[in-house]
Amino acid sequence: MFSLAVFFQSFGPLFWAARYTLLISVLGIGLGIVIGTLICAARLSPYPPLRRFAAIWVSFLRGVPLLVQLLVFYYALPVIGLDVPAMVAAVVTVGICASAYISEIWRGAIAALPKGQAEAAVAIGMTPVDVWTRVILPQAVTLSLPALINELILLVKASSLVSVVGILEITRASQAQAATTFRPLEVYIAAACIYLLINLCLAALGRYLEHRTAV
Amino acid sequence: MPAASSVEMRKVNKYYDKFQALKDIDLSIPPGKVTCLIGPSGSGKSTLLRCINFLEEYDSGEVRIDGQLIGYDAPNKKMSGRRLREMRRSIGMVFQQFNLWPHMTARENVAEGLIRVRRISKADADRRASEALAKVGLADKSASHPSRLSGGQQQRVAIARAIAMEPRLMLFDEPTSALDPELVGEVLSVMRTLAGEGMTMVVVTHEMGFAAHVADQVGFMEKGELVSVDSPDRILHHPEDPRIQSFLRTYHERNSF
Repeated sequence: MFSLAVFFQSFGPLFWAARYTLLISVLGIGLGIVIGTLICAARLSPYPPLRRFAAIWVSFLRGVPLLVQLLVFYYALPVIGLDVPAMVAAVVTVGICASAYISEIWRGAIAALPKGQAEAAVAIGMTPVDVWTRVILPQAVTLSLPALINELILLVKASSLVSVVGILEITRASQAQAATTFRPLEVYIAAACIYLLINLCLAALGRYLEHRTAV
Repeated sequence: MPAASSVEMRKVNKYYDKFQALKDIDLSIPPGKVTCLIGPSGSGKSTLLRCINFLEEYDSGEVRIDGQLIGYDAPNKKMSGRRLREMRRSIGMVFQQFNLWPHMTARENVAEGLIRVRRISKADADRRASEALAKVGLADKSASHPSRLSGGQQQRVAIARAIAMEPRLMLFDEPTSALDPELVGEVLSVMRTLAGEGMTMVVVTHEMGFAAHVADQVGFMEKGELVSVDSPDRILHHPEDPRIQSFLRTYHERNSF
């Protein structure tokens, strides 16, 4: 029988674990945005070696499962003498993986802008920096908001994978909970509810931001 | 109004790979006069116009604004970005697709160049932007975003954006081609006013009426060649070149019903 009592009791520990899920997702997307922006800049730069590096970066990180990246990264670091906490390894891996997708999101948004937008700015004598910061990027950010929120939601779910390097986020916490209570169904449904709750909030945030930036 | 510029083009050539878009263009644009460029689409009119502010890089020949070579310091030696931007400051450009920045209001669109390029304070830029908008008849639309404006209004904001910079030369690239027919008149009337004030204007257009009544000289282009430059009357009413005659015939047929 489904036990409502166990179901509700599961929420306490799982909410506690959710802070790791959120931390990894938010830091991951933050790092992903920073690296992704640099990769996108490299991809769009006039220098062939930079462009090639960015292209390889994107295709490699998109082509290898995050789970495998996590394991490789986690076990590779000690080999090269770096002993970092699992949490750092997780955030960095998630961020690097996200950077590949985010750089493509930027690139798509920038490519979607009509060429005339930049031309109008160039024609009145604006510097390249002004053209980018005043004309191209503000529009590209607005255009890519839905895709960025989408990416963030994907990251929240993908963060369940970091359980393999021993971080007690929602998924791993529910596994532990299930093992001690012998009530896996109640526990996992509670975990599902928490993921859903987080992502509904993010979707709402996305709608709010889109509404606010709409012109 | 600041002094009006002149433009001299000598033996200007432009290639897209193997395709020659401009062939040995020679054109003198006197200060304070209106020059219209007509011709079939793909004939190189827009390319020629865009060479004047070096938005399009010509491959050989010279384009001089008030005697100053634009784009190059010497043959095959590109001008520095800073120098080029300085020259572009006094050349206004109006595009077929308006190219207003959608994330800014009409006034912000006009003030942006004043603030970023002319380094004018925000308050002064706003005041000048309002004046420029009033001049094109859009004082009441300064807080509107472009998406709230009709095509004709957007193009007038674009003209205000250009004239607020106090250019000495204005380039118009088919300014009315993207407009619904009933909105063409309001844009042409703003351009007519500008011409009356003695602005040097180069206008790529399919509006033969505007060319006939406002232009001081009309250039006809075909297949990258500037076939002829002459008075509007000689080009539009008494053309000698069979290519111009044939172009005008097609034009009249399309516009008769």
